[in-house]
Amino acid sequence: MVYFILKRMVQSVFVMLAVAFLAFSLFRFVGDPITQMTGVETSVKDQERLREELGLNDPFIYQFTRFTGDLLKGDFGFSYRTRQPVAKMIASRIPATLELGVVALIISLLVGIPAGVYTALKPRGVLTQTILMTTLVGVSIPTFVIGIMLIFIFGVQLGWLPTFGRGGTVQIGGWESSLFSVDGWRALLLPAITLGVYQLTLTMRLVRAEMTEVMRSDYIRFAMARGVPTASLHYRHALANTMVPVITIIGLQFGGVIAFSIVTESVFQWPGMGLLFLESIRFVDIPVMGVYLVVIAFFFVLVNLVVDLLYVAIDPRLRIKDVS
Amino acid sequence: MIAFVKKYEGLWLFVHSPAAIIAAIVAALIFVGAVFAPWIALVNPYDLASFSLFDGLLPPAWEDGANPKFILGTDDQGRDMISSILYGARLSLVIGLSALSIAAVLGVGLGLAAGYYGGRFDAIVMRIADVQLALPAILTALLIDGIARGILPASIQQDLRVAVLTLAIALSLWVNFARTARASTFLQMNKEYVQAAIMMGQRPTRVMFVHILPNILGPLLVIMTVDLASAILLEATLSFLGIGLPADSPSLGTLIRIGMQFLLSGEWWILWIPTLFLVALVVSINILGDFLRDVFNPRLR
Repeated sequence: MVYFILKRMVQSVFVMLAVAFLAFSLFRFVGDPITQMTGVETSVKDQERLREELGLNDPFIYQFTRFTGDLLKGDFGFSYRTRQPVAKMIASRIPATLELGVVALIISLLVGIPAGVYTALKPRGVLTQTILMTTLVGVSIPTFVIGIMLIFIFGVQLGWLPTFGRGGTVQIGGWESSLFSVDGWRALLLPAITLGVYQLTLTMRLVRAEMTEVMRSDYIRFAMARGVPTASLHYRHALANTMVPVITIIGLQFGGVIAFSIVTESVFQWPGMGLLFLESIRFVDIPVMGVYLVVIAFFFVLVNLVVDLLYVAIDPRLRIKDVS
Repeated sequence: MIAFVKKYEGLWLFVHSPAAIIAAIVAALIFVGAVFAPWIALVNPYDLASFSLFDGLLPPAWEDGANPKFILGTDDQGRDMISSILYGARLSLVIGLSALSIAAVLGVGLGLAAGYYGGRFDAIVMRIADVQLALPAILTALLIDGIARGILPASIQQDLRVAVLTLAIALSLWVNFARTARASTFLQMNKEYVQAAIMMGQRPTRVMFVHILPNILGPLLVIMTVDLASAILLEATLSFLGIGLPADSPSLGTLIRIGMQFLLSGEWWILWIPTLFLVALVVSINILGDFLRDVFNPRLR
């Protein structure tokens, strides 16, 4: 067990190094940092002096080590566009994206798991067929169209909910949260549903497939023959055994949530990291692009580590293996 | 008789699946319309002389104040909506199909080689695939687009938008092909016909492309259909985000982005008609993909 976790941690470090290398290459080879920093009137001699001062003439491996060291110290450099420290720009955007992503994930699980269980238990029901057809259409409708539709119905036609921005936020120790005010929740609802719909269909399909598989297994048949009450059979025996793959998918879905939050944030003008990344691509703001990558990769790695730990918590067989 | 039924099983299933038939008809209609757009369309949306501002913001033919000439109405520039959509679908399909072809050639080639040679080459290809799989396609495409913006000189960027977009989509979709081709190749490697071909001393490229490839086409075809839908969606999303194509050569995604400006005013058709076309196209391709998967994978039926 300890060995397993340690191995995963070493792997994570290598993944982070690879991403840092990618970010560094972006920074170093896409465009010339010197031309980005200086104006037209800077003489070639001054440019060369700046190049030397910033250490851009040093050997590659030396520069990369320094870059990684700076990243570890939390020094992410300055944006080409706003001239502000990138660390500050990203940090101010993290709460918006995380809250959006987590609420979307919760919506997808709260609806997706029960729907998956139901469709697996009653495969021939009318409701099941309707749900399955709806999800097929749901997968095919692009995220931004779902967002526009929600804005149109609930924002424009009914006028119930705001159509852009975060609404009222509450400051809690530097964390700008929209979870503690009615206004914030109203603004959060539409983007979170938009982001959650696609993940919801994935969760549902997976739970359905796993449940169908488990219901056919010998131990379920035996439990049935033993006369275990239906509810206990479905939820204690069957559903519990589908949880390992479901947790894997939640880990993977986190990636999807972050990526699609770029689209959702753009539709709702939600001031999160995705919107910042989009702006940085539009203006070729390489430092922001690079740091966004590193931050996202860090979240990925973290979530995957937590998922590995959860396996052990959920599946007792993994704990026994360790003893032997 | 049994051979006959087996051979035409797919066709038999198709005739008995109303969803697949409707999907095929919708997809075919949009496809034909897109191919023949220059001959069908009333105006050419790229040619400023072919439309007039005086025809701007006309509603569809069934609403009050419409001009029957423009069946689905016009946008604020006076462009006929049908024409814009046909040309937009044309661009979406061209980019989607080219990106798909590049992804398929690259992915199947690498997957076949990885399955055939195994060992270190296989390990390298699959590690790259794993890393890319961890990054969602849209993030990869955005990143490639951003890098292209940084590397290419500004003077040629506008001309290369379509190429950059196609490449960005292709490079985010090849992994599916590579993984499927590799897994199927592994299964074929142990079969006698492959062993015999290798033993006869045939060149590896010949074994891969003449012997193995025809036997793994089924699953690849399914991926191709599903990924065509993904490619079209990806292009639409990038164009919607304003990263894809510029407004003077609108694809379906760009049309929807332009239509967003009319969300709050009464001109609903400028937004919803292109959206409807995009969704209809993608839904039909996905239904066909699901159908093909059932045909090639009888266990799931």
